Amino acid sequence: MSSVSQNFMKFFRGSSGPETTPAQSSQKLTRRSSGLGELSRTWESAEGLCILDLGSTSPNNIRHFTERGHRIYSEDLLTASTDPELLIKDEEGNVALDSRKFLADNLVYPAAQFDVIFCWNLPDYLDESLVKPVVGRLWSVLKPGGMLLAFFHTRDAGPDSPCHRFHIVGGDTLEMQKIVLRREARRGPTGAVHTALTDGFQLQRVFNNRHIENLFRDFASIKFFLARDNIREVLVVR
Amino acid sequence: MSAPASGLAQIGKSVFIKGELSGSEDLYVDGHVEGSIALKGNSLTVGPNGQVKASVDAKGVVVQGKLDGNIQASDRVELRKSAVVNGDISTQRISIEEGAFLKGKVDIHRTDTK
Repeated sequence: MSSVSQNFMKFFRGSSGPETTPAQSSQKLTRRSSGLGELSRTWESAEGLCILDLGSTSPNNIRHFTERGHRIYSEDLLTASTDPELLIKDEEGNVALDSRKFLADNLVYPAAQFDVIFCWNLPDYLDESLVKPVVGRLWSVLKPGGMLLAFFHTRDAGPDSPCHRFHIVGGDTLEMQKIVLRREARRGPTGAVHTALTDGFQLQRVFNNRHIENLFRDFASIKFFLARDNIREVLVVR
Repeated sequence: MSAPASGLAQIGKSVFIKGELSGSEDLYVDGHVEGSIALKGNSLTVGPNGQVKASVDAKGVVVQGKLDGNIQASDRVELRKSAVVNGDISTQRISIEEGAFLKGKVDIHRTDTK
């Protein structure tokens, strides 16, 4: 699995003024989601929910919830974790991410703000140093009784396992779209920006059931849904 | 990218403005603005080179560039594919193109039609 320094070297090598933003391939895969199906009963029967989407900005998801009278917050934590200002050196001189700065800049909400949080596949792709602090912050911003949906790989699909963004297209149906990173490399002589595309985020680890239960141990309950595509869906309740 | 219409008030890409900006006509910003923008009854367009750090109050808002600040639009907000918005959006209607980046809340307020 990749180290922090390898990831950042990949993202920012040779870049002047790195502006890394997610781009998307046009191909979308459709998949059924049992976790989403169970969760959707919440927003179909309630009004004025407060929802946090931690994936790449999805027009579908924003439309889906605002049409139902809910408020949606969008915050792309994976992209935020590539901010070069987060890089620090630890006591042994190794490159690491500053989790305190990350949480000072991101997920800044009042306690118990949200009814629903969509983590999607964030824990599988987020740097190791950020996973536990982020889950801790998610616990605090979720209302008691609020629900969080996360997806985990069930096996090591290798470093090329693509990172997807997720669009809600139905009560239990998602469209998955591979994320590639768009990096503004430099301005050419005409002033036009030449944009470089890099591979997307890399799978950082594979959690087993015990790891997942440990990760969400502060939550009141946890429910697993095993899908056919080697994805374990996890629905947790605070 | 759509170009600004002729006759539209424009802030070019080499211009930097800091302070309160208000008016009663549509405005196209392709430069830097810091502070606040109030165009009640009119529209703001942030061009592809535009970098706005301001709270925005307008009838319609179209973003092609970067906007840091809250948007209050009485009619509609459009985030084009190159848009990068950090702030909360409150509007009646919103359209977001694939590729746009948003960090913040979207709140749709509906006016009752009689």
